[in-house]
Formats: sequence, C-alpha cells, structure tokens
Amino acid sequence: MKEILKALINVFLKMPQGFVVTLKHVFKKPVTLDYPREKKPMAPRYRGRHYLERYEDGTERCVCCGLCAAACPADAIYMEPEETPNGERKAKVYEINLLRCIFCGFCEEACPEEAIFLGQEYEFSDFNRDSFIWRKEDMLVPHPRKDNPFKRIIRRVRRVYGVPDAAR
Amino acid sequence: MPEAKTVTINMGPQHPSTHGVLRVECELDGETVVKARPVIGYLHTGIEKTMESKLYYKAIPCTDRMDYLAPMSNNLGFVLAVEKLMEIEVPEKVKWARVCLTELTRVASHLVWLGTHALDIGAMSMLLYTFRERELIIDIYEACAGQRMMSTYFRIGGLSDDLPRDFDKKVRNIIKVIPERMKDYEALLTNNQIFINRTKGVAVISAEDAINWSLSGPMLRGSGVKHDLRKANPYSGYENFDFEIATGTNGDAYDRYLLRLKEIRQSLRIAQQALDGMPEGPYRAHVPGVVLPPKEDVLHKMESMIFHFKIITEGFKSPRGQVYQAIEAPKGELGFFISSDGTNRPNRVRVRPPSFCNLAALPALCEGRLFADVVVAIGSIDIVLGEVDR
Ligand code: SF4
Ligand code: SF4
Repeated sequence: MKEILKALINVFLKMPQGFVVTLKHVFKKPVTLDYPREKKPMAPRYRGRHYLERYEDGTERCVCCGLCAAACPADAIYMEPEETPNGERKAKVYEINLLRCIFCGFCEEACPEEAIFLGQEYEFSDFNRDSFIWRKEDMLVPHPRKDNPFKRIIRRVRRVYGVPDAAR
Repeated sequence: MPEAKTVTINMGPQHPSTHGVLRVECELDGETVVKARPVIGYLHTGIEKTMESKLYYKAIPCTDRMDYLAPMSNNLGFVLAVEKLMEIEVPEKVKWARVCLTELTRVASHLVWLGTHALDIGAMSMLLYTFRERELIIDIYEACAGQRMMSTYFRIGGLSDDLPRDFDKKVRNIIKVIPERMKDYEALLTNNQIFINRTKGVAVISAEDAINWSLSGPMLRGSGVKHDLRKANPYSGYENFDFEIATGTNGDAYDRYLLRLKEIRQSLRIAQQALDGMPEGPYRAHVPGVVLPPKEDVLHKMESMIFHFKIITEGFKSPRGQVYQAIEAPKGELGFFISSDGTNRPNRVRVRPPSFCNLAALPALCEGRLFADVVVAIGSIDIVLGEVDR
C-alpha cells in the first residue's frame, strides 16, 4: 500500500514539477538565433581575422620588425622586409597561415606599431587549403576606408588603453 | 571447449557518453561488470612536451586546451606557478579579478557537467537549459579576453587587458539570474524519480577509498571529506573570501549532483564578494623585464619599448629551481609542477590533472555493478579528455 502511495505521489506530484518547467518554456521567447541570417554582434575585443592597419595617408603601419612572428606561439607568421624609396622599412611579404593560427591575439599584443589587430570576422571557411595562407594584400584595411574612420579610431584607442565597448 | 563465463566488450572510444575519446574495456558477466579498465591516450596532444619548447608566456595558450571547459582555471594554475617561480607579487585587483573569473569558470564547468550528465542518463532538456546559462558566462569571457572558449586572459603578472567597463553589470546579472534558473534544474532533476533511481547508490566510493585513490574536487567532497584547496592552501587571495565547503555524505552520484549545485551557489557567492570588494589599481604588476609593460608606455617610453622587445623575443630568465602550485579547479586539484634550469624556457612542466586522477578510480566505482551504471560513473566523475591525455 505504501509503495503504491509513493508511486502515486511520484507520478502526480513530483514528476509534473519537471513538466511544468518544460511547459513554461513553451511560452518563452527562444534564446537561439537563426544563425546564417541573424548574427550575434561580437564583443569589441573579439579576436577574429587579422587586419593590417594603415596610417591616415594610406601607408602601411607595419615596419616588418618581426615581433608578431616572435610572439606567435603557433609560428603562423612569415615575413620578408624591403626598403621603400624614401628609406623606410616595410614588409615585402607578410603572410599568416590561418590554419596554424590559434587566434590567441599575441601578435596584436606584441606589435609596437599598432599595425596588426584582430577584427570581428570569424567566418572564413573555404574548400582550398592554399586560400588560408593570407597575404599582406588580403589583410590590409582598404584605403580610403569604407567604414566610419571615427569608429576605427575609437577601436584603436580601446586596444591601446583597454577601454572596452566604446566601438559600438 | 570450455564455456566462456565472461565477455569483454569495448565501450568507446566513439561512444557518446564517454565524453570524448575514452575507451573502457569492460568484462561483463551477463549485465554485471566484472572488470572495467579505462584506456586513455586517444587524444594525446603532447601539451606538456610542447610547453617545454615554449617561452613561459607562450605556454599559456597551451593550458587553455587541456580542460577546455574551464580555460581560466588552467591559465590561473600555470600563471600562479610561474609567478611563484619568479617571485612576482601581483596587484590586488588582479587577484580579485582572477578569483571572480575562475569562480565563474567553475559555474560554467559545472553547468556543462550537469547538462551532459543528465543527457547521459536520459534527461535531454537539461542540456539546453544549462547551455543557455553557460552562454552568459561565455559572453563574459568574450568581453574580457576576446575569445569564447580558449580565453588566454591571464598573463604572467597580471591580465592581458583591463576588465571591460560593463564587467560589473554583466557579472551581477549572472549572479542574479543563475540561482533563479537553478530552481528549474532542481524541479527537473532533484525530485525526479527516474534520475534518483539512476544515480542514488550508484558509483559509490567511501571517504577512505576516495583518499586512497587520491581523488580530489567534488569526487572527494561527495564522500564527505571536507577538503578544498581554496581553504586548505589559499592562493590568489582566497583567504579573504567567505564561503563554505560543500560536502556530500553517501559518496554516490546523486550526492555529487547535489554537491555541484551547492558549489555553483557558493561560487556565485564568492564572485559577488569579489565584485563588491574589487580594488582599483593596475591590471599588471610592474616588474621590468618580466611582465610586459602597458601598451601606452611602449608607444611613448624608450625604456618600456626595450623591455617590450626583450620580453617578446627572448622571454625572461627564470631562476633555477622547482615549484609546484595547485589550485582547486572545477574538477579537483589541478597542479602545475615546473622545473627550471635557469633558461628562458621551462625544463619540464608536469601537470597534475584532476580528471586523470579521478578517472583512475573508475574501476572502483563500477565493478560489480550493472553495465548501465558505467555511464553514470563516467558522467559523475566529470572528465575532460583533453586534460586526461594532455
Ligand atoms: S605587424 Fe607589427 S609586430 Fe608584426 S612586423 Fe609589422 S610592425 Fe612588427
Ligand atoms: S593570433 Fe596568435 S597564433 Fe594567430 S598569428 Fe597572431 S600570435 Fe600567431
């Protein structure tokens, strides 16, 4: 008799507690996103694809000092220097192997010229392994800029001074 | 031909409830497990060896990839070990921020555990709810460090960046939301007769056995042993926090479930205290030649620039010696042993991973029990194979 009572309590009192939880969620708004159509905005510090920054006049900031390659734990960066006609140093070849890269952000932290930074994009799958070796041209930000330069400057300020969330 | 009494079967390495690539060789007599032997090594990544070839600061990303459900705890263990070796004293703010973040990590890790453990047993919806809450914590990682799983936020001597501006608000939101949502979990599982039948009295280990198997973390406390490194051997300023060590009594899977829920509550309590008392100050120690100077100094001061170049390219020379630093990771005692021969790379890094040591007790948990209980035992140990194999 006691067993039956216990079973009845379980079936009619305890188990429905769980069902109530599930039922409550039927009426809630879903927390999931309809991914390829809807995208979550990434945090301003998000470490996505790499960009190489330019000065306002369009020259490249990178002086090919090699610090980013030295800091890279995955040895993903390769570069060769050259000299510009007015005697400055810049990168002739600058490649990042995105298949090796672990997106740790050490290159960005190491760069003394604020030349390389990791952006917000994270979708770069492809069918071809070769296309993952990104050359300098793939990473340089376009000149003149397409986006609001003000936004970009704030992003740099945030990177340098650790001021978050100003970019949006 | 003599009739075979037992039959040996493999569970895994591709088995959904072995949480990765664990193989358990089970010798069965009917449905009873006579012998169970965990076979590991399918995810061997050589992380310890890799760390030997890296400069100290470059070894930090390696630690993320061991217990990928609790990256911040792993970072903390390694970073504290190196700081001990180099005798670096970090600013108060760093300590408190680290405590706050590792406690959130504990919550996240336990939430994943709860979801997957319930899923193994057959409660599908738990996983959806716990991952929803974990998302809040992952968002904090993203805001702080910039990556959702492999955070690499802690640096030797500090943090990679200051805490984000809305950190306080976000964490307070978590502290408010999760206890409410935990009521849902309890409604779903605590009184659920199916869950109780599957876990109560299953995978039992006595306090004495737990100590003899050198278990740690919830596996040990579930058997009633009140041992927590945060109290027993405080690190990173844990002596300033007021919290209780949750313990179980029976040492079965159900007790460990209750215990982990209690731990989530305690962790949120610690996180709350850390937020309330968060001191102001720099986010990195000022140790020239060892800790990277802040970026604004690098851009404007010659001296900082030189140190910056030197640290990035050559690292720093460590004194000869050996250190061991253990922390209470979500899964148990996570220890880093570093042996240094005076160069800029560790001579040997040895990790004492909680999952590995806890997994060794699997035979003791499931021998003599039904085969279906092996799933519960593996689940309640809470292993991450990345950490077991390293
Ligand atoms: S990106 Fe920065 S660190 Fe890398 S070579 Fe260019 S200037 Fe140096
Ligand atoms: S993000 Fe890390 S792994 Fe990738 S290129 Fe930069 S330093 Fe190397």
